[in-house]
Amino acid sequence: MKNRMLYGILLAILILPFAFQNVNFQHVLIMFLIFAGLGESWNIITGFAGQTSFGHAAFFGIGAYTSTVFFYKFSVSPWLGMILGAIFAAVVAAVVSYPCFRLKGHYFAIATLAVAEIIKQLFVSWDYVEGATGISIPVKPDSFWLMQFHKSKIPYFLIAYILFVIALTVAVLIERNKMGYYLKAIRESHEAAEALGINTTRYKLYAMMISSAITALFGSLYAQYILYIDPFMVFGLDISMKIVLLTVLGGIGNVYGPVVGAGILIPLSEYTRAFLGGTGKGIDLMIYGALIVVVACFEPRGILGLFKRSKKRGAQYVKTAA
Amino acid sequence: MFLQILLTGVLIGSVYSLVAVGLTLVWGLMDIINFAHGDLMMISMYTVFWLYTLLNFDPFVSLPIAAGLTALLGILIYKFVIKRVVNAPGLMALLATFGLSLFIRNLAQFLWSPNYRFVGESILSGKRILLADLVIGLPQLVAALGSIAMTLLIALFIKRTKTGKAIQATAQSRDIAELMGVNTEKIYALTFALSGICVGVAGTLLSGIFPVYPESGAMYGLLAFVIVALGGFGNIWGAFYAGILIGLTEALGGFYLGTQFKYALAFLIYLLVLQFRPKGLFGW
Repeated sequence: MKNRMLYGILLAILILPFAFQNVNFQHVLIMFLIFAGLGESWNIITGFAGQTSFGHAAFFGIGAYTSTVFFYKFSVSPWLGMILGAIFAAVVAAVVSYPCFRLKGHYFAIATLAVAEIIKQLFVSWDYVEGATGISIPVKPDSFWLMQFHKSKIPYFLIAYILFVIALTVAVLIERNKMGYYLKAIRESHEAAEALGINTTRYKLYAMMISSAITALFGSLYAQYILYIDPFMVFGLDISMKIVLLTVLGGIGNVYGPVVGAGILIPLSEYTRAFLGGTGKGIDLMIYGALIVVVACFEPRGILGLFKRSKKRGAQYVKTAA
Repeated sequence: MFLQILLTGVLIGSVYSLVAVGLTLVWGLMDIINFAHGDLMMISMYTVFWLYTLLNFDPFVSLPIAAGLTALLGILIYKFVIKRVVNAPGLMALLATFGLSLFIRNLAQFLWSPNYRFVGESILSGKRILLADLVIGLPQLVAALGSIAMTLLIALFIKRTKTGKAIQATAQSRDIAELMGVNTEKIYALTFALSGICVGVAGTLLSGIFPVYPESGAMYGLLAFVIVALGGFGNIWGAFYAGILIGLTEALGGFYLGTQFKYALAFLIYLLVLQFRPKGLFGW
């Protein structure tokens, strides 16, 4: 039953770009898949394990920069760069998070934010990777090996789709296995989890490494899709917060949450930008911000909370009727 | 030279402190991360700028007006947004304040364009004090002294007055404070007003030194998070000392390693200190 709904959603997403051949719509779908996947991977460390990360842009940027720099400097295929990026991100996550895991709650969240900002500043002043100017990826003819497709967006869509399925599968597998229970135990009570014999640091570390590796995969894809990266774009607080926002909006700690949240937030931001962004006056972001506030105020339990509440209301009604 | 750098660090650090004190009040009381904090400061800077440009008000005349406006905005933010999300699970309150920050920042950009603007003349501009080898800009000195005085006032208010004690009680336990007859609703609104006054004053004091533009509060907001956590959540004097420490780090690091690394160093200091004091310098 559980799986059937998941397969249904996946199938529906797969059909969409072929049913509607509009290029703008396909672009929105690709962004949706990228951010839904990022939300899934962020959910592993924050939703399941309860360790709030405000710094996932660090891993996203590492993924984007690894594949881009290897391609730009040494003509290495972005596919290999993508895998290398994921490995780098996992290593950085392990090195950086290990000391941070001693911190609890907001102290940890601010630490992740600090790490991302430090990495951003380092890339801004690192001349080898073009510093603040950023890197434009050289345009090559369409090629699978170089991950560049200019005639159609469908190949990008399919890659994003596959990565999204990977992220979703990993999240579902973690949630339904021993590790998911361990992580949720850590989230609910760190001390109790430790008392039960869970090696909390080790499992938090695993969760962080898996989460950041997947995040890096999407970073590489994003770089190949946009064909230009700079430190402010891929390491910025905006990216970190977008991942947080859409997952919280959809429903945190739930594998459907990021899908629902990205399904609302990404079309909203992409279409307001397409229709209103050209003025350069920030109307699109203004509306986007205002809508976030409205949703947060009127549906403080996330969109998925809405369904839970309506179910409960029904139950209460039945009880009083009986 | 070294003394000069130290002095610069302390001067800017005291203004950071005031911004952080405003943030830590709300954070300690309601456990809410207010992402729109820095944007309120930007609003106060614009207020000073427009009063100066249109009515030729000196920034120091505008101070009560700007602080009053941000206090009012703080109350409005509480009444219309925070109140609805304060008991929401997870990070929903953070989502709301982040949306608010985006809204305020882009509203400013929409209304006033992203251009840098400057408050040209004030009674202090260009004046400086020479003390042996040290050069102290009067606007910077007044900004620092004003910030310290304001922090002191806030701390005294929280520690000494009855209302301040009610704020402390509400921070410890909302339910018990309510049972003791504290109107916690009013306490929350008041805290947001106080937080608004802090950024309002800080914004006014900085408007003569830094350019005014829609993003001018962003970096202060971000640094304020780090400072609050570095000092220990909800701890006013913790935020004060942490602010000075960050100011010093920035000034020394900027001089010896290059200005591009000064913010990275401020964040690094946070990570290092937290290795030894996982709950901040003065947290427990």
